[in-house]
Amino acid sequence: MHFLVCLKQVPDTSEVRIDPATNTLMREGVPSIINPYDAHALEEAIRLKEKVGGKVTIISMGPPQAKEALKKAMSFGADRAILLSDRAFAGSDSLATAYVLTVAIQKVHESDPVDLVFTGKEAIDGDTAQTGPGIAQRLGFPQLTYAIKVRDLNDGWVTVERKTEAGREVAKAMLPALITVEKELNELRYASLPNMMKAAKYEPEYWEAKSLPYDTTQLGLKGSPTSVVRIFPPPARSGGDKIDGMKDPQGAAAMVVEKMFQQNIIMTHPLAKGGKH
Amino acid sequence: MSVVVDKAKCIGCGACVVECPVEALDLVDGLATVDPNKCTNCGSCVTVCPANALSLPEGAGSSATKNSDAEKGEAKEFNKSEPLPDSVKDYAKTSKKKEPVVAGGDVWSGVWVIIEYKHGEVAPVSWELLGEGRKLADAIGCDLCGVIVGQDLDPVISEAFAYGAEKVYVVDDPVLKYFRTEPYAEAITDLIRKYQPEIVLMGATAMGRDVFPAVATRMQTGLTADCTVLSIDPETKLLLQTRPAFGGNIMATIQCKKRRPQMATVRPRVMAMPERVEGRQGEIIREELGISEDEVRTKVVEFIKGDAKSIFLDKAEIIVAVGLGIGSKKNIEIAQELADVLGGTIAGTRGAVEAGWLSHDQQVGQTGVTVRPKVYIALGISGAIQHLVGMETSDFIIAVNNDPDAGIFRVANYGIVGDLFQVVPAMTQEFKKRLQHGVAK
Ligand SMILES: Cc1cc2nc3c(=O)[nH]c(=O)nc-3n(C[C@H](O)[C@H](O)[C@H](O)COP(=O)(O)OP(=O)(O)OC[C@H]3O[C@@H](n4cnc5c(N)ncnc54)[C@H](O)[C@@H]3O)c2cc1C
Ligand code: SF4
Ligand code: SF4
Repeated sequence: MHFLVCLKQVPDTSEVRIDPATNTLMREGVPSIINPYDAHALEEAIRLKEKVGGKVTIISMGPPQAKEALKKAMSFGADRAILLSDRAFAGSDSLATAYVLTVAIQKVHESDPVDLVFTGKEAIDGDTAQTGPGIAQRLGFPQLTYAIKVRDLNDGWVTVERKTEAGREVAKAMLPALITVEKELNELRYASLPNMMKAAKYEPEYWEAKSLPYDTTQLGLKGSPTSVVRIFPPPARSGGDKIDGMKDPQGAAAMVVEKMFQQNIIMTHPLAKGGKH
Repeated sequence: MSVVVDKAKCIGCGACVVECPVEALDLVDGLATVDPNKCTNCGSCVTVCPANALSLPEGAGSSATKNSDAEKGEAKEFNKSEPLPDSVKDYAKTSKKKEPVVAGGDVWSGVWVIIEYKHGEVAPVSWELLGEGRKLADAIGCDLCGVIVGQDLDPVISEAFAYGAEKVYVVDDPVLKYFRTEPYAEAITDLIRKYQPEIVLMGATAMGRDVFPAVATRMQTGLTADCTVLSIDPETKLLLQTRPAFGGNIMATIQCKKRRPQMATVRPRVMAMPERVEGRQGEIIREELGISEDEVRTKVVEFIKGDAKSIFLDKAEIIVAVGLGIGSKKNIEIAQELADVLGGTIAGTRGAVEAGWLSHDQQVGQTGVTVRPKVYIALGISGAIQHLVGMETSDFIIAVNNDPDAGIFRVANYGIVGDLFQVVPAMTQEFKKRLQHGVAK
């Protein structure tokens, strides 16, 4: 079976901080990592390969440096890695990104049919959660999002447990299909020594825009319908009011609750409803 | 000399790259980079940068810069780094219904809200969006419509009118009994193609974030996920979609200028609930579903009701978190009662997890989950930096601690210095009183 994983190199957003003096992002020294959700997507693909046989191909769109993420991915046991890197891709929003990846997947698919595509549920530097479903639509594959468990891969169907607000939904899709994954899906492995050595020597394939049949009007900034028009820091923390609740706990509690209603922090209907679940 | 990029400010949006007439700018590794040999110091890029990251070198480009001075002034005004003005609300309040002005000069008109109906219940965010949609529709001067897709929908239709929809589009079909991407995307896309709304909104729920990307891809239009503020630009009538970016470190306002519809998913519980007016009526438009069961390649096998306790901690809107100050596992009941009243989720510090009172997936902080709920109530938590990094971007923080110098008070909007065993039950009572009152009303 042929598993394909879409993987993105991202800045570790938990390390990104705002400089309080200038209100700007401090990005110096922020390490690049494999998008955590994608790492779990890769892990699942490798586990399934070990179980039912086949191969794992990784595709990433990104700058030339994203090669490092792909080599890392190879060290976990993937078989082939492709880096889509071109000036023409830069600035793609999720619609354009899904297009770039889809055309590349189609090219892989032509010579080596893909059975199951995995993506992370979202990228931590954008959290739009749109790329996976966008690819599924363009490929014409059915999609199962927010997978927390792959139950079964059999007879041309894949069955997963999906995470939803009200509980777990068990759903299945006909292959070829696309799955977007949550972190709970599995525990990540450590790279094995032989795989690490193999990965160290491995050079990912490098595909530019011209090596694929792209409609260039759909690429990069030109192909992106959305644009950022303004950024600003989130409303600053007020530092807050301190209320003495030692002498009169009842009064202090009442006052804070009152303020929350006044400021619409808590609203009557939805919460009252939510409380009953 | 050429234009200067302030790397600390650049967010890599690429706006400048498109703007530059001589292709002197490029995005390299997510940052704007200038080719000094090509740059003519024309200044165009400076005016479009949303982050104020570009500037012309001292004394550069005399004539060219002059031309854009006026524009630059405007851009600076626009870029002021202060929270988004409440222009939406104010604008909506003051503007009378006017002749429809259709952004982009095309035929797309109307604000649509996709109403999420699942397991026999409507997701409350759908009604919140009808409330918000009302303001947007008034600001544009167009209709507010609800869209309901599913099976046996009649009770939902009257509710949609009660919450303010003027028209309701309905696709009622057994194939739509359970949510599945293919038939839902088909139904919604067909409606959009036929009736051409200008703006389409849905809650940023598991369903909204699954089906909307599919619809946007079919329509080849832009989609902004997880918005927290929506407004209409008074001049262009475009939808301004604001959302947290970079793990909540900054807010970004996004537009979809040229394609239609403009689509956004919105975080639950950030918009106020509109008033429900019993007996309101409107137009009902029914359409057939254009796909049959044999064509659907996904099946729902079963549904296992949660245990929604730890599920979606990172998406929880209200979190009641406990630290070592709660004293014992049994005492967590006090926090649980508060959480129940508010429909909140229990979480805690590493201290509480290591004490065995909570499971690891309930831990907030550097080595746990990062959360950004609307309300975070911290009980008996000291506020160690490793905990703060996981929750300090929460919209509203309340802390209860008996140590007036506890670090948690530095990030709390309201801090109660007191004994949590006295304060928390009092809060629970207080919320109960008011919420019951609210429902009865
Ligand atoms: C590498 C590393 C990673 C870490 N990662 C995390 C992480 O991800 N998440 C995390 O939470 N921590 C993390 N920690 C631990 C962190 O440093 C703190 O030790 C921990 O957060 C403290 O937990 P606490 O606030 O529950 O306990 P304490 O610091 O013991 O605070 C208890 C508080 O309760 C108050 N209190 C006591 N009795 C009452 C009462 N009756 N009424 C009101 N208040 C009362 C006290 O005044 C005190 O402020 C990490 C530490 C390290 C070194
Ligand atoms: S100043 Fe003009 S020429 Fe130079 S980078 Fe900016 S837009 Fe291009
Ligand atoms: S417009 Fe500003 S923020 Fe955007 S890429 Fe250019 S310099 Fe960076």
